[in-house]
Amino acid sequence: MKATVLVRPKHGILDPQGQAVESSLRQLGFAVGEARVGRVVDLELESNDPAGARAEVERMCEQLLANPLIESYEIELTEAVGD
Amino acid sequence: MTSPQPRIGVLRFPGACDDRDAFWALAAFDAEPVFVWHTETDLPDLDAVVLPGGFSYGDYLRCGAIARFAPAMEAVAAFAAEGGLVLGICNGFQILCEAGLLPGVLRRNESLAFVCRDVPLVVERTDTPFTSRCAEGERLTIPVKHGEGCWFADDALYEELQANRQIVLRYTEPVNGSRNDVAGVVNERGNVMGLMPHPEHAVDPLLGSADGALILSSLVEAARHSVLAGV
Repeated sequence: MKATVLVRPKHGILDPQGQAVESSLRQLGFAVGEARVGRVVDLELESNDPAGARAEVERMCEQLLANPLIESYEIELTEAVGD
Repeated sequence: MTSPQPRIGVLRFPGACDDRDAFWALAAFDAEPVFVWHTETDLPDLDAVVLPGGFSYGDYLRCGAIARFAPAMEAVAAFAAEGGLVLGICNGFQILCEAGLLPGVLRRNESLAFVCRDVPLVVERTDTPFTSRCAEGERLTIPVKHGEGCWFADDALYEELQANRQIVLRYTEPVNGSRNDVAGVVNERGNVMGLMPHPEHAVDPLLGSADGALILSSLVEAARHSVLAGV
């Protein structure tokens, strides 16, 4: 399976990178509201069991991929091409 | 009998850059510094540990996030759990926060710009092994050089730290967007401290300030007492 982990600054946490992106987009003439910048981690997993894979990626997020003080995360699982 | 020379470990991670300055400064205050490579699973017989500044593992993912899993960090966590003295400077502070040995987290500076200058600080607490040579409310000038020094704690955590007197150093002017200008904190037990300013770069008037000597010589003194106490 493949997993995509989306890590975002938690709601209410100041995000200076997002603010810089937001003001640059406005300068370019785009009508945008708030912009927030996170991180994407693509993973190839050996497991083919969605429930097991999700549990494992959650442990990865808790231990390393996100810092729960400031970041939230979402996990998307997809079947790897060729499986 | 001459006073014993405390042995202080200086951890070296790939990407560290202030390890030699920390080593030099500790030796200047009559400690016996020893380098400890990050892959070591056991610490040598030490009276204190310093985690120096730098960019361990390239600051990939989040600063300190990878270094906290270095084998030597497990040994440092065990050392701290036994009451051993641990000081984290800059990247060392970031690693200690990621490892959960210190409260809060260091984030990108609010300005998104790297800050490299002398900053004014005030000492909030002197009854720690790291600030015993300072006076309460003393103003210090020590340089910072970091891109990710914006210390953050949420409301509940910040209130708890205030109540426990765990905030040791504050900037007296905005530097990086740190919550309430926090520059250095200790753990609840008081044996682990982290700070963003670099005391090892401020140990001689020739460097512009010798105020960092107060922090490092406090640590050496406390480590010496632990030798005398035989712990």
